[in-house]
Amino acid sequence: MTLDQISITLVYSAMAVYAVAFIAYAIDLARRSAAATAAVAVAVEAPAAVGAPVSTKVAEPVEAAAAVEAPASTSSANGAMAYGRSPSLRVGVAMTVVAWLLHLAADVTRGIAAERVPWANMYEFALTGTLIITTVYLLVLVVSKHDLRFLGTFVTGLVLVLLGVATVNFYVSVVPLPPALQSAWLVIHVFVATSSVGFFALGFALSVVQLLQSRRESLVASAKAVKQSFLATLPDSATLENLAYRVTIVGFILWTFTLMAGAIWAEAAWGRYWGWDTKEVWTFIIWVVYAGYIHARATRGWRGSRSAWLAIIGFSTVLFNFTVVNLFFKGLHAYSGL
Amino acid sequence: MSPRSDPDALSRPDDHIDAPERDAAPASPRQPEDGAVTQPKLGAVGWLRFAWRQLTSMRTALLLLLLLAIAAVPGSLVPQRSSDPNGVSQYFADNPDLAPVLDSFQMFDVYTSAWFSAVYLLLFVSLIGCVIPRTKHHFEALRARPPRTPARLSRLAGYTERPLVVPEPAEGTAASTGSATDAAADAAIDAAAAQLKQAGYRVERYDLRGEASVSAERGYLRETGNLVFHTALLGILVAVGIGGGFGFSGQRVVVEGQSFVNTLAAYDSFNPGRFFDDANLDPYRLELEELDAVYETQNQEAIGQPIDFTARVSVQAQDGAAEPGVVKVNEPLRVHGTDVYLLGNGYAPTITVRDPDGEVVFTDSVPFLPQDANLTSIGVVKVPDGLADQLGMVGFLYPTQTTLPSGAYTSSYPDLVFPVLTLNVYQGDLGIDDGVPTSVYTLDPSSMEQLTGGSTGVDSIELMPGETVDLPNGLGSITFENADPDAAADDYSTSVSRFASFDIHNDPSQGWVLVFAVLILAGLLVSLFVPRRRMWVKAARRPDGTVVLEYAGLARGEDPGLEDAVAAFADKHAGGPPQPAKRNPST
Repeated sequence: MTLDQISITLVYSAMAVYAVAFIAYAIDLARRSAAATAAVAVAVEAPAAVGAPVSTKVAEPVEAAAAVEAPASTSSANGAMAYGRSPSLRVGVAMTVVAWLLHLAADVTRGIAAERVPWANMYEFALTGTLIITTVYLLVLVVSKHDLRFLGTFVTGLVLVLLGVATVNFYVSVVPLPPALQSAWLVIHVFVATSSVGFFALGFALSVVQLLQSRRESLVASAKAVKQSFLATLPDSATLENLAYRVTIVGFILWTFTLMAGAIWAEAAWGRYWGWDTKEVWTFIIWVVYAGYIHARATRGWRGSRSAWLAIIGFSTVLFNFTVVNLFFKGLHAYSGL
Repeated sequence: MSPRSDPDALSRPDDHIDAPERDAAPASPRQPEDGAVTQPKLGAVGWLRFAWRQLTSMRTALLLLLLLAIAAVPGSLVPQRSSDPNGVSQYFADNPDLAPVLDSFQMFDVYTSAWFSAVYLLLFVSLIGCVIPRTKHHFEALRARPPRTPARLSRLAGYTERPLVVPEPAEGTAASTGSATDAAADAAIDAAAAQLKQAGYRVERYDLRGEASVSAERGYLRETGNLVFHTALLGILVAVGIGGGFGFSGQRVVVEGQSFVNTLAAYDSFNPGRFFDDANLDPYRLELEELDAVYETQNQEAIGQPIDFTARVSVQAQDGAAEPGVVKVNEPLRVHGTDVYLLGNGYAPTITVRDPDGEVVFTDSVPFLPQDANLTSIGVVKVPDGLADQLGMVGFLYPTQTTLPSGAYTSSYPDLVFPVLTLNVYQGDLGIDDGVPTSVYTLDPSSMEQLTGGSTGVDSIELMPGETVDLPNGLGSITFENADPDAAADDYSTSVSRFASFDIHNDPSQGWVLVFAVLILAGLLVSLFVPRRRMWVKAARRPDGTVVLEYAGLARGEDPGLEDAVAAFADKHAGGPPQPAKRNPST
C-alpha cells in the first residue's frame, strides 16, 4: 500500500466519522427544538410555578435532561434559553475531533507521498481547505466565550460534502510540480488563501443563523405566534452578528495577504504583479465584497441583516471562485490538475 | 489645547454608525440647510454641498464598492485584450454578431473601460472626501486631552466598583478621618493614572465636584491605521496610474546560440508606457547559451510532464565583460534595470534550402510554436529570394513522432527521442514584397500553389535531423540540419536547437506599489484589531460620606474586549475582584 493509498483510506475514514458527527449534531438540533417547545409548554401549563422547580412534567416527554434546567421564564425572545447538557452534542464534538485527527493524518500522508505541501491541485486544495475549516471551527470552540458547538451541523456537513466531491470528482494521483508552482509562495500564498476560506466559512454559517435568529426575534417582537425551534437555545442575533464579524475580519485580513502574496508571486512567475487574470479578478471581487461587508457594519441602516447578506454573498463568491472559476474559466491559474 | 470639549464626533460621514444621530444633533448654525426641513430651496452652493455630502457618505461608498465588484465580473466572462488578445480574436470569430455589440460596451477592455473607471474614480473621490476631514480631525484629537469624566459612570460599559482602602490613621495624630480618606482617594487616583499611562493610555486628572478622577483614552492607532489603509489605497492607484506609464514590456524569441540587444528594433513586440522614452533602453546584449528542459520520466502518471526549464544566458553590458546568468520560471533575471522572464520555450529546427546548383539560398533556425503538451509544433519557413519563385513551407515538428491509428502523426513525448519534421511546400507570391507587415508565424497561401501534402497527391516532405531531400519540381533541396552532428547515430536528444521566449519588463512603479501594499496590510491590521477605548476611574463620594472607586469604559468602534478590560484593570488597581460582603474570607 503506497502512502497515497493510505492517505485516501484515511480520507474515507475521516468522512465516515464526520458523518457520525453530523448526525449527532443534527440530533442535538432536533432536541433543541423539543426543549424549546417543552419550555413553552411548561410556561403555559404552570403559570403560577414561575421560579419554582419544574421537574417531572418536562423530563418525561423530553428525553434530554436539558429542559429540566430550563426555567419557565426563558421563552422570552432575548437571550438564549438555558439548554444545558446534551449528550448528542458532546458525541458530535468528540467525533469531530476524531475525524479531524484522521483528516490531518490524511493530509500529512498525502504531503509526504507527494514530497511537497499538500495543496498543489484541486483535490489537495479541497483536502487541506476542509481540514482548515474544521481546524478553525475547533479553534473557535476553544477560544470563544460563547458556546458555538451548534455550528457543528454546518461545519461537518460542508466538510463532508466538499470531501465527497473532492474524492469523487477532483482526485488526481501524485504528480510532480510544474515549474510555475515551484516556489516558496506556493507554501505561503495558497495556505493563507485556504485559511481565510476557513474563517469565511464560519462567518457565513454565523451570518445565516443570525438572519434566522433576527427573523424569529422580529416575529416575537410583533407578538405573532412563533413556532419554537432550536433557535430559542442559541445566542441572540446581535451576538451572532458580532461573532460573525470577528471571524470574518480575520478572514478578510488573510485574504488581503493572499491577494498581495499572489501579486508578488505573479510578478516573479508571469512577469507582472496584476493582469486581471480570471482568478485575479475573482480574488479582487471577493476582497471588494468583504470590504463592502465591513463598511456595511459601519453604515447606519446596513448593520444587521443587510450586512449578513453581504457575508453570505461573500462566501458564495469564495465557493464560486474555488469551483466554477477553477474548472470552467480560462486563465493562468490552471492548476486544478483536471 | 483643542477648544473642543467633546471630540466624540470622529468626523465620520453622517451615516457612519459611530457618528452622532442626525436627529439628535441639531444642525449647527453654520450650516443652516442641514436639518432644516422648511428650507424652501437650496442655492447652487447648497446643492453642491448636498451632492458632496451624498458622495462622501458611507452609503454611497458602500454602493460604489458593491458596484465595483459587479463591474469586475464581465471581465472574467469574456476574454480581455490586455490578458488574452488571442482569445478576443477567437471570440470575434466564434460570435461574429455578438462580439461587435459587446465591443461597443468595451467588454473586451473592461478594466480600462469608461464605466469601470467611472466607478472606481467615484469611489476614490468619495474616499478622498472622507479621508481628508478625518485626517484633519484625527490630528486634532491626537493633541486633545481625554474628555472630562462623566458625572455618572454607572451608565457606561463594564461599570464596576471597588472599595477604597483607607489606611488607619497613625496613633496620636490629629488628622481627621475625612482628610485621610481624601488623601487615600487622591493616592488611588494617582496610582490609577500611572497604571493607565503605563498601559498605553493618554491620561488626564480631573477633580470635579470634589471627586478625584482620571480620564484615559487609548487606541489612537486604530484611526491612524484606518487612515493609513485608505490613503495607501489611493497611493496604489496613483502609483499604478502614473508610475506604470514610465515602464515598458517587450517580448523576444531567442534561439540557442543567438543573442539580442536591448533596443527597440530588436523586440518582436513592444508595449511602452504612456511616458516611456526609448532613449532609456540600456542596450545590453543577452545571449541564450543553452536552454535545459527536464521532463518526468519515472512517474507513470506524469510521463512527459515538465519538471524544469532553465535558460542559461550571458549578459554583456555595452562596454563590459559578459556575465553568466540564469533565467528560470519563477526566477526572473534582474539585470540592467530590466527584469527578464522565461515565459515559453520550444524547438527551432535549423533548415537550409539550396538551389538546383547547390548554392545555399536560405539557412536559419526557425522557431516552431508548440501546440500541445508533447510539443507538436508548427512553424513557417519563407524563402523569398534565390529561387525562381518565392517558396513558403508550413512545417510540423514532432519531437517524438508516433503514428495514430488514423495514419496522422503526433508527438508522444515532449523531449527529442525520435524527431520528425514534415513540410508542405507552397510556390508563388509570399505577399511580403508590398511592405505590409506580416507575421513570421503564419503563411498566406492565397496567391501560392501547393506542391506537397493535402490534395496535391504528393507526399509531404519528411525529414529527420541531418537528412536532405529534393524539393518538388526540381526547385532544389532542403536539409534539416542536425544541431549536434557529433552525437551518436540514434541519440537525437540534442539534434534540434531550442528557443526561449523572453518577456523583458521594466516597471519603475513596482516598488511603490509594494510599499503601499505593505502599508495597506499594516493599516488594516491596526485598524481592525487595536481597540479604541476610554476608561475612567473615579473616587466617588456616596451620600453616606464613604468613598468608593468607580471604574467604567467606553468603546469607540468595535471593542469586544472592553468589559473584560475594565474588570481586569479594576482588579489590578484595587487588588482582586470585589468580595461580596457576607462571604467568609477564603482560606
